[in-house]
Amino acid sequence: MIRIANAQGFWGDSLEAPMEQLRGGPIDYLTLDYLAEVTMSILQKQYSRDPQAGYARDFPQMIERGAKEIVERGVKVVANAGGVNPETCAQAVGTSLKRAGFGGRLKIGVVTGDNILGRLADLVAQGVEFQNIDTGSPLSDVFERVRSANVYLGAFPIAEALSKGADIVVTGRCSDVALSLGPTIHEYGWKPDEWDKLAAGIVGGHVIECGAQATGGNCQVDWETMPDLAGVGYPILEAEPDGRFAVTKHPNTGGRVTMAGVKEQLVYEIGDPRSYMTPDGVADFTTIQMEQAGPDRVRFWGIQGRAATEFYKVSISYAAGYKAVGTMVYGWPDAHMKAKLADHVLRVRLDRLGLRFDAIHSEYVGVNACHGDLLSGQPSPDLAEVTLRVGVRGNDAAAVERFTRELAPLALNGPPVVTYPSGGKPKVEEVIAYWPALIPKRKVTATVTVREA
Amino acid sequence: MARIELREIAHARSGDKGDAANIGLIALKPEYYPALIAQVTVERVTEHFQELCKGKVERFELPNLHALNFVLHAALDGGGTVSLRTDAQGKTFSAALLRMQIDL
Repeated sequence: MIRIANAQGFWGDSLEAPMEQLRGGPIDYLTLDYLAEVTMSILQKQYSRDPQAGYARDFPQMIERGAKEIVERGVKVVANAGGVNPETCAQAVGTSLKRAGFGGRLKIGVVTGDNILGRLADLVAQGVEFQNIDTGSPLSDVFERVRSANVYLGAFPIAEALSKGADIVVTGRCSDVALSLGPTIHEYGWKPDEWDKLAAGIVGGHVIECGAQATGGNCQVDWETMPDLAGVGYPILEAEPDGRFAVTKHPNTGGRVTMAGVKEQLVYEIGDPRSYMTPDGVADFTTIQMEQAGPDRVRFWGIQGRAATEFYKVSISYAAGYKAVGTMVYGWPDAHMKAKLADHVLRVRLDRLGLRFDAIHSEYVGVNACHGDLLSGQPSPDLAEVTLRVGVRGNDAAAVERFTRELAPLALNGPPVVTYPSGGKPKVEEVIAYWPALIPKRKVTATVTVREA
Repeated sequence: MARIELREIAHARSGDKGDAANIGLIALKPEYYPALIAQVTVERVTEHFQELCKGKVERFELPNLHALNFVLHAALDGGGTVSLRTDAQGKTFSAALLRMQIDL
């Protein structure tokens, strides 16, 4: 049995979790998932300004902090921290290890080949259509505005890096579950066509990929009595050679590993449960068998899978105009009515200025922002305060900029009992939109290198 | 037969995939699952989310988990990075579904 501990569900997750996973008990692997879809375009922008940037800077810092435990306990680390610049990330990891006094002790593996931005025009010329999976539109609609293009690679390149002796593996874009499936493939020698075992590894990876969402975080059942959420333990996957596995957490940590919380994570963002698609195989979530096998332990078996498709998914990002969002806070009495009048005044002013947007969206936080008017029902007339939150979106940057000057004046020239957050006028943001597409696997080559740190 | 809110017999978690919201709905006890199957239909979920969801609704069954999974297309005002909404990723859609009234 091997123990794989995940300590990062997204870039911005707890900085303490990696240290707690390293120190809280025995583990064989530590995985860290840094790359949300939005992250790649941000990293690409940083890289275009500075060729030494473009990766998750948290990761080398984490390695420096945890170097002693990683070396002394022989824990191997797998992270998709490389972003659009895995090589430079790996160099930074080497520098971190030297600074911590462990230079020359570990090997670093780097997986590249996911970043196809530079090859995009060639690939289109070769006949790859990159049709939008959701809309069917051709990539030519947005080609001039593309900012990043990355293939979701699978788990086998990670397994290859580990088999070549890597202690720390840095990747660019790969499937989230690859971070834990790669070590399992390496340890047990699973073959690329052992679909049931791979499906089990995919399901296990899915359970732990969002960090504490598997161990009591965000859990709707008995949240009022969830023990010590301040010290919530992050998930640990205990994988067996035949595909069976359990999910648990370190002793003496907060949260809970229960059927309820783990089921919530199983159905999180999965689409069709019979066809959970990854580069390494298709898992059938309707075959999952599971039971509470002790305190803070859920056991899985019986999972079946099918052959992977001939395609990788590609995540392409493109520039899609501008947006800005601002807020004003209205206090009791009649807070909601005052906020509605302010919204009306604002919209009349925007209209008189001749500003045109693709969308103007107004919400009343405390009344309808999450669930809309129909589901939220009638607000209490005695609400202590209501926040008016207005956003605009469009291709005309100047119009969006002008909008940001129209909220603050309401503090003096609109309805009464109003305050607004410090920090000045809303910021204009460039909108980066996503274009999910497919690419034949034969057009993509993952490259694995392993070197001394 | 009593009229109750779905949250009395089920729990849920939700998130996004592009402009689609994904809501997993799980019976709190196995004996509640048939009520989910019979009453939390595509038609009712479509009507329930009419203000938020502009596309079609798909429903998938996971009898092994006593769960249903719903995909609500064109439900997030363009999706995570484009949307102007507070809940651009549909994270609170789980609780929105649990507001639904059913008979038990």
